[in-house]
Amino acid sequence: MTQVAEKKSSPLTHFTRLEKQLNVNPSPSWLDELRANAMRRFEEVGFPAQKSEAWRHTNIGPIVRTQWELADAGSMTGAADLVERFTFGDDAIVELVFVNGHYHGELSGLGKLPRGAKVGSLAEAIAKDGEAVQKHLAKHASIEANSFVALNTGLIADGAFIHLPAGTTLEQPIHILLVSTGGDKPAAAHPRVLVITEENVHATIVESYVGHEGQTYFTNTVTEIVCGADSHIDHCRLQQESTAAYHVSTMQVDLGRSSTFVSHACTMGGKLTRNDLNCIMNGEHAYATLNGLVLIGGDQHCDNHTLLRHEKANCPSHELYKHVLDGRSSAVFKGQIFVQKDAQKTDSKQTSKTLLLSDDAYMNSQPALEIYADDVKCTHGSTTGPVDEDMVFYLRTRGVGLDAARHLLTYAFAADVTRRIKVEPVRRRIEDYMAARHGLPQDLRITDVTHHDRAAL
Amino acid sequence: MALLEIKNLHAKVAVAGGREILKGVNLTVNAGEVHALMGRNGCGKSTLFQVIAGRETYEVTQGSITYEGKDLLEMSAEERAREGVFLAFQSPVEIPGVSTDYFLKAAVNEVRKHHGEPELDAMQFLKLFKEKRELLEIDASFTRRAVNEGFSGGEKKRNEVFQMAVMNPNLGLLDETDSGLDVDALKTVAKGINTLHQQDAHRALLVVTHQERLLKSIVPDFVHVMVEGRIIESGGKELALRVEQRGYAGIEAEVRQGA
Repeated sequence: MTQVAEKKSSPLTHFTRLEKQLNVNPSPSWLDELRANAMRRFEEVGFPAQKSEAWRHTNIGPIVRTQWELADAGSMTGAADLVERFTFGDDAIVELVFVNGHYHGELSGLGKLPRGAKVGSLAEAIAKDGEAVQKHLAKHASIEANSFVALNTGLIADGAFIHLPAGTTLEQPIHILLVSTGGDKPAAAHPRVLVITEENVHATIVESYVGHEGQTYFTNTVTEIVCGADSHIDHCRLQQESTAAYHVSTMQVDLGRSSTFVSHACTMGGKLTRNDLNCIMNGEHAYATLNGLVLIGGDQHCDNHTLLRHEKANCPSHELYKHVLDGRSSAVFKGQIFVQKDAQKTDSKQTSKTLLLSDDAYMNSQPALEIYADDVKCTHGSTTGPVDEDMVFYLRTRGVGLDAARHLLTYAFAADVTRRIKVEPVRRRIEDYMAARHGLPQDLRITDVTHHDRAAL
Repeated sequence: MALLEIKNLHAKVAVAGGREILKGVNLTVNAGEVHALMGRNGCGKSTLFQVIAGRETYEVTQGSITYEGKDLLEMSAEERAREGVFLAFQSPVEIPGVSTDYFLKAAVNEVRKHHGEPELDAMQFLKLFKEKRELLEIDASFTRRAVNEGFSGGEKKRNEVFQMAVMNPNLGLLDETDSGLDVDALKTVAKGINTLHQQDAHRALLVVTHQERLLKSIVPDFVHVMVEGRIIESGGKELALRVEQRGYAGIEAEVRQGA
């Protein structure tokens, strides 16, 4: 991968050609300009070099070497089945369904939203509400910092647009369900999510990425979230792509004064997954919680890079990432915490824990703290190891079999994260996945009590 | 037929060149009996219990353990539990994320399945747990918490006895269940253990303790003194008093003189 520079010309002109394809459809000049500018940046720098520090552990070779066509909105094979499997149904106030990155109205479900709230497709918003979109789109996620963002921005066509005016409270989550159907030709989707909340908004947003098992495709997604002052935004990201798929995501979150942002990022799918989550604390008393769960096996690889930028004083941040690695899978957690010199009284705690279910699984956990203020509390800790044999023995002396004991402990390990997730359908999906993978008996579910109680009624 | 028969049991730490800890233990426990096992720290009492319970970090090099006429050493730890052997740990592990309620339901149903009995449903569990909680004077919230997580030493011991009450074993191995308990807690736990003993005339208990105090509440039929991996002296409950008065060194000296 050291020869990225030499190879640059062919794949990059290919992407430029894709950008030109997009421009066939009428779009406002500001958007054309935005895309052209981003594509210029992408052409200039190309894909990240494997040697660079930030991409050292992520083997993007197969992404770079493949001539990805734009994923086709019309390629609907099995899309409805996927939606049926992964829908939140009545548990979501709005469910926006995207097939290969393009909004699909018929499969989506729109509930009644509070006055002034806008939740819908980005393409539609660009057409109808251009000014609001223009104000924020691509103003947060940096095309300079990450060339996958540049590529996504250069190819912006559709995605989700959410604008919640001051004082909005949503009782149920907004579900953004992104379905990839795959196909014969290698196809890539570059969906874009833009979430703008004004003051004192309470909302939950879930992004689900799903696909047909065995299909090879590439999802390069960018999400920008602006949390207004005093807002509370709960965000979940469920990634259940095909284990032959490539998934690169970048999330940029801007926290206003006294706002709270809670993220739960769960990766179960993808052959190669790279998640970048950047949180900028731009107002005092902002509070960020970044939790993550990685449940992979086989030859899957997942790379989570988080950045918490403490720009203002009195901001706490908490981070808990847990990994369950089976087979020959591997994962990277890089947690950067940056504390600006004005960000006094920062209180930041980072924890990364890994359970290795096989001798061949591999974990690389690296904290990276950069602190310029003098009155701060920043701690980090990391543990990696197999299932605790003392715990296994304890359970066995109570009659629980060896495999069941291991499964139960694996489940409990993950439950440390899942029980913090407030969105019930998200917990249920994780538990279903674990039950299927680790043969967990139904009656040992921990986080899903309410669901079963309700089912029993 | 004895409930438990241990003959010339030798066991070592299961690593190459591992230290031998049990050096020829002989012990017979009949149904309904209470046995107390006393001895200095490190003499092998806990190891004996762990070996009976099926811990694989110890390797039996010689001898046998027969339980209800069956070869216990041929069974896995979970099979032993399902057959009615229960170990109350000296230092129970904390298991974050698993509530006592949940795992006990799984445990009880495993035992019932093993004996071809129907599994208990949620209502039956509620009733069973309530009854046993009352016996040990513990609050309902206690068993909803993760197993032993953040429990005090005394709470952990109480939880062990609670679990024993729920599991209803034929043979209870209580490893220093009295240590870490204050006077009141000791009374409650001892009362619980006694009640369990009285409820089932066939249930046998093997109790490791350092203190004669416990043996005033749970009166043993037999007392054994263990020294360096062997039982060197056995007797009635008066042996506990002799240990209290003369110390292990005194008993050792007496045994040597007698021999």
